[in-house]
Amino acid sequence: MYAFEIDRPTTLADAIKALGAEDAQALGGGQTLIPSLKQRLASPARLVCLSGVAEIKGIRTADDGALCIGGGTTHADVAAGAGAYPALAALAANIGDPAVRNRGTIGGSLANNDPSACYPAAVLASGATVVTNTRQIAADDFFDGMFATALEEGEIITEVRFPVPEAASYQKFEQPASRFALVGVFVAKYATGVRVAVTGASEGGVFRWSEAEAALTSSFTPEALDGLVLSGDGMIADLHGSGAYRAHLVDVMTRRAVAAAG
Amino acid sequence: MPKDGGIGASTRRREDVRFLTGNGHYTDDINLRGQAYVHFLRSDVAHGRLRSVDTSAAEAMPGVLRIFTGKDFEAVGGVPCGWQVTDRFGQPMQEPKHPVLAHGKVRHVGDPIAAVVAETREQARDAAEAIELDIEELPAVVDMKAALKDGAPKVHDELTSNLCYDWGFVEENKSAVDEAFAKAAHVTTLELVNNRLIANPMEPRVAVGDYNRSTGDSTLYTTSQNPHVIRLLMGAFVLGIPEHKLRVVAPDVGGGFGSKIFHYAEEAFCTFAAKALNRPVKWTSSRSEAFMSDAHGRDHVTKIELALDKDNNFTAIRTETYANMGAYLSTFAPSVPTWLHGTLMAGNYKTPHIYVNVKAVFTNTVPVDAYRGAGRPEATYQLERVIDKAAHELGVDPIALRRQNFITEFPYATPVAVEYDTGDYHATMDKLEEIADLKGFAARRKESEARGRLRGLGINCYIEACGIAPSNLVGQLGARAGLYESATVRVNATGGLVVMTGSHSHGQGHETSFAQVISEMIGIDADMVEIVHGDTANTPMGMGTYGSRSLAVGGSAMVRATEKIINKAKKIAAHLMEAAEGDIELKDGRFSVAGTDKSVAWGDVTLAAYVPHNYPLADLEPGLEETAFYDPANFTYPAGAYACEVEVDPDTGRVTIERFAAADDFGNVVNPMIVSGQVHGGIGQGIGQALLEACAYDENGQLLTGSYMDYAMPRAADVPFYRVDHSCQTPCTHNPLGVKGCGEAGAIGSPPAVVNAVIDALQSGGHDIAHIDMPLSPSRVWQAMQG
Repeated sequence: MYAFEIDRPTTLADAIKALGAEDAQALGGGQTLIPSLKQRLASPARLVCLSGVAEIKGIRTADDGALCIGGGTTHADVAAGAGAYPALAALAANIGDPAVRNRGTIGGSLANNDPSACYPAAVLASGATVVTNTRQIAADDFFDGMFATALEEGEIITEVRFPVPEAASYQKFEQPASRFALVGVFVAKYATGVRVAVTGASEGGVFRWSEAEAALTSSFTPEALDGLVLSGDGMIADLHGSGAYRAHLVDVMTRRAVAAAG
Repeated sequence: MPKDGGIGASTRRREDVRFLTGNGHYTDDINLRGQAYVHFLRSDVAHGRLRSVDTSAAEAMPGVLRIFTGKDFEAVGGVPCGWQVTDRFGQPMQEPKHPVLAHGKVRHVGDPIAAVVAETREQARDAAEAIELDIEELPAVVDMKAALKDGAPKVHDELTSNLCYDWGFVEENKSAVDEAFAKAAHVTTLELVNNRLIANPMEPRVAVGDYNRSTGDSTLYTTSQNPHVIRLLMGAFVLGIPEHKLRVVAPDVGGGFGSKIFHYAEEAFCTFAAKALNRPVKWTSSRSEAFMSDAHGRDHVTKIELALDKDNNFTAIRTETYANMGAYLSTFAPSVPTWLHGTLMAGNYKTPHIYVNVKAVFTNTVPVDAYRGAGRPEATYQLERVIDKAAHELGVDPIALRRQNFITEFPYATPVAVEYDTGDYHATMDKLEEIADLKGFAARRKESEARGRLRGLGINCYIEACGIAPSNLVGQLGARAGLYESATVRVNATGGLVVMTGSHSHGQGHETSFAQVISEMIGIDADMVEIVHGDTANTPMGMGTYGSRSLAVGGSAMVRATEKIINKAKKIAAHLMEAAEGDIELKDGRFSVAGTDKSVAWGDVTLAAYVPHNYPLADLEPGLEETAFYDPANFTYPAGAYACEVEVDPDTGRVTIERFAAADDFGNVVNPMIVSGQVHGGIGQGIGQALLEACAYDENGQLLTGSYMDYAMPRAADVPFYRVDHSCQTPCTHNPLGVKGCGEAGAIGSPPAVVNAVIDALQSGGHDIAHIDMPLSPSRVWQAMQG
């Protein structure tokens, strides 16, 4: 780890101000950033720790029924407190291990946009809105490829607003070593249609499987996917599986998600 | 009735109190006054010529005391190899120098180039980043067969090729074996890979070097399974320090699994630098460093052929193995694919003709050496896989085929130069069939199939040679060390005992089980016995712990020393009771005169030994302290039968272990609970090898599995509740305890059971699959199912 300064703001306003400093970086739960610092793969001059900012923590239900989760809310708190959206709570309960869940935050995960992270699938499949200190970003506009998002420098995710679906399920097939998603599929059924988001599989990061969405919107059954072929092109290929294997797993996990969502 | 103490009791492990409450004392807990820290700058290329190492900018960095490079070690020896193998043609293996710090060339990712010693760890690391390296990258050799091709880049320029040795065993058997194959009614052939593993003990390696200016003595604190061996290798071959000026201490050690047997360059460096700087120098490996600097295990590519006659009797076995040595010869590397592998190729079966060929190859990878089982898992895996394949090809029951070929008469001399003293392979197989409930398998398979899962059953046997070993024999085989063990038993005046053993405990529970043996022999409470190990300053020269040898060899030394103690104590007791020595009996901690009611307590005798007022001083020295060195007459041969049931998810290829049973014959058992724990741990590592673990390099020699993000370790959820049994006991005939050793069995016996089970599951689902190489990851199994 290289030496750095650290700010511990307790209000959002102070946090935003602190992030204005040169070479400052926001620190959420630190589950990606701290290991990167320890390996000397990152060297920010100043960290702005968001864990003391109470106003970006917590879970509430908005007037329109959306489940709103503060950007600084830990996975453990989502697992325990997102009962209004059971598939989301279950997703949070299965991220990493207890230590990760007690430190890692939804905002941190989304801002990092690891191509194998779980939350991006939930946000994209739910058509959620990512709220920052400056604006609201629709999920379809937020994710911008591996480790890239629409966030500007110094922008902080304050809240994520999830419309609660009629039925939903997240099915994760774990990479054997890291236990991140080798493939994770989040299926959410709304009155307006079904959305399917896939994490772990694509070189482009989380994506919507639109053919499956169309098929499932007409019939919300695993069999509705019969005949759909997802290409292995553009899928991640590594020690843990070929592109073709990942494409196959997307199909299997989507079917399982539909079956589990009922 | 289970005993509550002594031999055979499941006494709770006394060492766990300190381990589980955070009071263990590990090498990293040692911090000496004035201690400096070293950071090793390691190569990030697999193969390259070191044009220059410019340390000038780094030397000016804050806190830097000195920067060492390969040039500083030109005058000292290389890290030595402790075993010389002679090849098929009577020639010694090729043995390149292994410099403490790379000089001239770097030969694997992680090869240390420079060592920065500074006031703090971070300062050392900062300065290492300021060292300017000019490395001419050379093509790397990673694949063993490619490394042996003409024109392949040479790992060591001074050698004639990348071939370390081409070993034939037994070379004189070769023509008889070829003849048996020519006459065979059926030949089954299998090509397979025994995957490269990284040991991953919980505690990474640590070394602290210290130098005492007033006495000129050096001390090394290190994470070692065998401090005396390190003292001898490092003192005599690397640094030129005589043993009486060098102390090596291995305190609590958090697991080794073989990887902490070896003498490593970092140990020599810290000892050397402490003297050069007159400051203690400490190195603590990071986990990332461990992946690229701890010796790896396994990494064999093998072709095995099994010949059978028309009645399905095994008539011959022929194998050809390529064994990866990595870039340098680690301490015992050459012995693993040869004497610890070839000698086990008979397995549990009376195959009259066996020939084993092993080609050991240098590559631009981390050195490979012994890992739990060391050679014996590689032998067992190929043999038990080819037998299963033969059973499938011949349409016979795999258990029946094994039983038909079992060795049943002991002692049995194999065609691969070892003599099994005892065993009863039908008994362990009978026990396995019972505890694994094989009768219920068909119903369980149906139930799995109803849930859309394929269920498979895998059975195998294993034998291993443990308790290594007779020193005169291993000397003939190329060992540059003896393999006896030692113990000093010191009885204190008030009756307590301190046993100083040459064995080393790094998780095995010696402090508990060794004390149980003494407790049984004397009839005193085990709490009166203290087991001391790990410090060359207060233990007799011993060879340490590996090869499941501690109880069989170290325990035997302790028994012999205790026998001497008892014999002397009887003389003292005879004097005290004015009786004949021959009439003295020791029972429950009291000496009595046979046929009388006269007795004296153990403590009265020990007190007399140290306060010899009423004592036969003319005939007997005062005091009660004895040392014994025990050199075994033969290896021990634990054996057993394992069963694994798996489910395969045909949609994803994911394998889950549903049941696992192990019936082992370890001879006599001192602490059944500790033995069960050893078997559990071994099976866990075997399941890790079979399903999860694989060290992978790309074609440029870059380590692809350099962290737990890509190297998959088994976790609790990956293993089932085991059914283990060690009630089948054919005691070893040549050591005083009748014990055989249990530390490696689980890791040896379990990989073939898992793979046999997965292949059985896939075949039950109509897939024509004869073999999948480990680890049987979901993607590999799915790929195989695609045809």
